[in-house]
Amino acid sequence: MKGTTITEFTIKIALEMLEKGEISSVELVEETFNQIKRFDPEVKAFLHLFEEEALLKAKEADEKRKKGEKGSLLGIPLSIKDNICVKGHPTTCGSKILENFIAPYEATVVEKLKAEGAVLIGKTNLDEFAMGSSTENSAFFTTKNPWDLERVPGGSSGGSAAAVAVRMGIGSLGSDTGGSIRQPAAFCGVVGLKPTYGLVSRYGLVAFASSLDQIGPFGLTVEDIAILLKAIAGKDEKDSTSAAVSIPDYLQVINQNEKTKFTIGLPKEYLQTEMDPEIKQKIEEVVNLLRKTHDIKEVSLPHTPYAVATYYIIAPAEASSNLARYDGVKYGLRVESSNLIDMYKKTRAKGFGKEVKRRIMIGTYALSAGYYDAFYLKASKVRTLILRDFLEAFKQVDLLITPVTPTPPFKIGEKITDPLQMYLSDIFTIPVNLAGLPGLSLPVGLNSEGLPIGLQIIGPHFREDLLLSLAYQIEKMIDQRFVPPLLKS
Amino acid sequence: MPISLEEVLKIAHLCRLEFDEEEAKKFSEELSKILDYFETLQTLDTQDVPPTFHAVKLPTPYREDEVKSFDNIEGLLANSPKVKDNMIVVPKVVKSPA
Repeated sequence: MKGTTITEFTIKIALEMLEKGEISSVELVEETFNQIKRFDPEVKAFLHLFEEEALLKAKEADEKRKKGEKGSLLGIPLSIKDNICVKGHPTTCGSKILENFIAPYEATVVEKLKAEGAVLIGKTNLDEFAMGSSTENSAFFTTKNPWDLERVPGGSSGGSAAAVAVRMGIGSLGSDTGGSIRQPAAFCGVVGLKPTYGLVSRYGLVAFASSLDQIGPFGLTVEDIAILLKAIAGKDEKDSTSAAVSIPDYLQVINQNEKTKFTIGLPKEYLQTEMDPEIKQKIEEVVNLLRKTHDIKEVSLPHTPYAVATYYIIAPAEASSNLARYDGVKYGLRVESSNLIDMYKKTRAKGFGKEVKRRIMIGTYALSAGYYDAFYLKASKVRTLILRDFLEAFKQVDLLITPVTPTPPFKIGEKITDPLQMYLSDIFTIPVNLAGLPGLSLPVGLNSEGLPIGLQIIGPHFREDLLLSLAYQIEKMIDQRFVPPLLKS
Repeated sequence: MPISLEEVLKIAHLCRLEFDEEEAKKFSEELSKILDYFETLQTLDTQDVPPTFHAVKLPTPYREDEVKSFDNIEGLLANSPKVKDNMIVVPKVVKSPA
């Protein structure tokens, strides 16, 4: 590929080279699968691979390009989290209960990517039904962090984050209910965006907590996120919660805003939260650099300390309802019994893993007679307070900056036995989902052990244009490429 | 807030799960700990606060109630555990007439 190594590829660079004829999509996809064969036996980011089909689609993309056909992702190899339906391929959600499920239809985001000419290479690993922060809850295997194979890649979209970090595909789609895109992006040193609730259609995304779930992109750069977001965003008749807002050309916007001055808020409650000192220091360093060209203001989000408890009532409550559909009747695993109730119970006891059962139990409890008011309704009211905090803050500032995670990537096995500890690792990302806001995780440095540190930017509803613009400015200011040492060996 | 073993089994029945005694015991400990953590919310006065079920307010979308055909019935049924004559087979839920 004329001297360009795979670690130098971004979507934007690949598109330019494809356009100039310096590479073909077939070459790009072949190189992607070489990368997968070399590294995925160790990293284990993928649950399913579509090599043959991908090469065929790459060939088609090359032919289309020759004929002058356009597509914003024509010939670009991407992966998809295995809770998003790609027609004709498995969608397991990392669960035994859907182990043999073949998606009979296409998720809207997948339809959109294909319409832009993207080449789908496979489905990535996740915590079962996206419930978890490490991929350790996958019923199949744990994905490894490419920066240190003894550590978790984060979760639930850990497979997508690890795949992009290792350049096994130059972008991916994940889903984020409480941090499932941003936390793994931070742990793996890639960029991850959770868009505003409603900006991207959820049709074909297997439901976890419907008022919090959102599909979003992983990429190596902010520009790539801008390209991917443009491709997947927009109103969809098949998702009644998708919003009819106009979708700007994000790539153009971030370039226009290269020098735009923002008022940036630092939520004091976030910085008061107990966290790893190196993460805190790195965020402060970046903020200090931003002070030269932007206005920095301290703001208060007083209900932050209540967010995790609120989330772990609302999300399991919605999950317990959504996951009622896995009953052994219509599709998925069935454990036969002559008695219907017994069939339900045996099927669900065998098909669901521990964390999924835990959340179904919590959710059922929080919704059950006598406890609804004390738990579910109470949490939904506190959710209002958390949302109001953000709306107040955005009267004073354009955007907020916070850490993504309170700790660097933890060791495999370190937190899996203590669910509450695992839940608390989402403390900085959860409030964003409760408030329906967009949040982006940007790699901004490495700690003394060489592990990536992420910075979170939070924006007002539907202001991905501002969010991406600031992220692009910070990325340029830091001017550092994040390549795991594994790839240099 | 301790959750008794009976309560665990009652909730399990409500959500159609089943546990052996050891699992149920473990669950009662874990759930008790998690519910204790939720107690923090009770310190907030929310009497005059309306609940939020969706953070982004959108008007209720209406559409015509039209039947649309789905072109992959085969693919849908292929995921079913047991199919006969394009119908899903389930355990009998009604008693045979005497």
